[in-house]
Amino acid sequence: MGKPHLLKHDHEDNVGVVVVEGLTAGTEMLCVVTADNSDFTVTATMDIPIGHKVALSPLAAGDTVMKYGEDIGRMTGDAAVGEHVHIHNCKTKRW
Amino acid sequence: MALDFSNTTVNAWRRENGRVGVRNHVVILPVDDISNAACEAVANNVKGTMAIPHAYGRLQFGEDLDLHFRTMIGTGANPNVAAVVVIGIEPEWTQIIVDGIAATGKPVTGFSIEQKGDFETIRLASWKAKEYVHWATELQKEPCPVSDLWISTKCGESDTTTGLSSCPTVGNMYDKLLPEGIYGCFGETSEITGAEHICKQRAATPEAADAFMKIFQDYQDEVIEAYKTSDLSDSQPTKGNILGGLTTIEEKALGNLEKIGRKSTYIDAVGPAVAPEKGPGLYYMDTSSAAAECVTLMAAAGYVIHTFPTGQGNVVGNPIVPVIKISGNPRTLRTMAEHIDVDVTGVLTREQTIDQAGDALIEMIVRTANGRNTSAEALGHREFSLTKLYRSA
Repeated sequence: MGKPHLLKHDHEDNVGVVVVEGLTAGTEMLCVVTADNSDFTVTATMDIPIGHKVALSPLAAGDTVMKYGEDIGRMTGDAAVGEHVHIHNCKTKRW
Repeated sequence: MALDFSNTTVNAWRRENGRVGVRNHVVILPVDDISNAACEAVANNVKGTMAIPHAYGRLQFGEDLDLHFRTMIGTGANPNVAAVVVIGIEPEWTQIIVDGIAATGKPVTGFSIEQKGDFETIRLASWKAKEYVHWATELQKEPCPVSDLWISTKCGESDTTTGLSSCPTVGNMYDKLLPEGIYGCFGETSEITGAEHICKQRAATPEAADAFMKIFQDYQDEVIEAYKTSDLSDSQPTKGNILGGLTTIEEKALGNLEKIGRKSTYIDAVGPAVAPEKGPGLYYMDTSSAAAECVTLMAAAGYVIHTFPTGQGNVVGNPIVPVIKISGNPRTLRTMAEHIDVDVTGVLTREQTIDQAGDALIEMIVRTANGRNTSAEALGHREFSLTKLYRSA
């Protein structure tokens, strides 16, 4: 197996994290689930910086974002599979 | 195959009270801000000593004053410190700190400036400091079991890579060394927000869970509700966290909690700079999430090595405790490698398992205990930041 472009903590997660620098739109990303080392591929549709999240399922405003198998906040905008998920479309549920 | 650390020893200093120190500092400790200048003059006169200047110590009262004394006494009492010269503006508070440190059995002498002035105080304190340096530099190290180490943790400039690599590396270390009998400590009350339900579940006893939840709720009521403007979103996650890809406080908290591993549980939740009282094991400490404040409080509670995962690249150090930096972010390793002691970028490329990364950290802990200077020590990072609970009188 080659080096992954993206890591996903748990199977329930609907986002994953880019772990390479300079990821460009159109890259077919090798994605690895750290819980069991299983892998799959997703095509990035945007340039996404290292450390930033990518939607792995279609996400709509109001949807709960799952990471570590836990609720990390809610979508405030939409994101298609392969799109960037960050403060422009995702927010804490705490405040 | 994981390494076996049960018979590992480190060469370190066994102090008068039985605790093990991994550094041998002679500290010139100011009671208050206006004694910094005298302390720095003594440290300049006598090589091999270190002044620890700070911003407070006058007209504090109540719980805030208690915390000040506890932090100053704890810093002097830390086993990484061989001997202490304490200097304050007046004799009474100076004596409180001297007496607190003296309870460990280590050499400590206090000097006060009123009725003498800086010149005479510096002259007297310099003679004592010189005597302490001669004494401390002849103390011999001895083999001590790794289980005698007290190891704290706090992460900083976190990003999504810390939750994937450097924080679980620390967690793996705790899962391996806590069963050997070390003391461990984690905290950062504001950064548990969003994962407090998980933190509560990791308590070893219902009493520890209750103690944690009381600390957490007090923080929500007394700090967040009292001082928030609209929310904490401009501060938590920090701007650096957001640049690194962290979006919400919940996401940050879940990554933070990776530092206590898969199976470690905490046996008590204590106040800031409070030394553990329930024997070996993991402790939760109520601390700020600001790096220097948190490390200062943990050092004052007696921890002798600090493990510090970072994503975007925090550069913090401490005057008396070696701070070991761990990072898995390849950009940080490329752009600021001088700050990182343990490179776990292999976890992200799947060339290194968390188990192997944990072993690499333990090996670095052993090397650090044996005397290797950390990056923060080599670069002169000596941040000593006192936690202030409320404004002075």
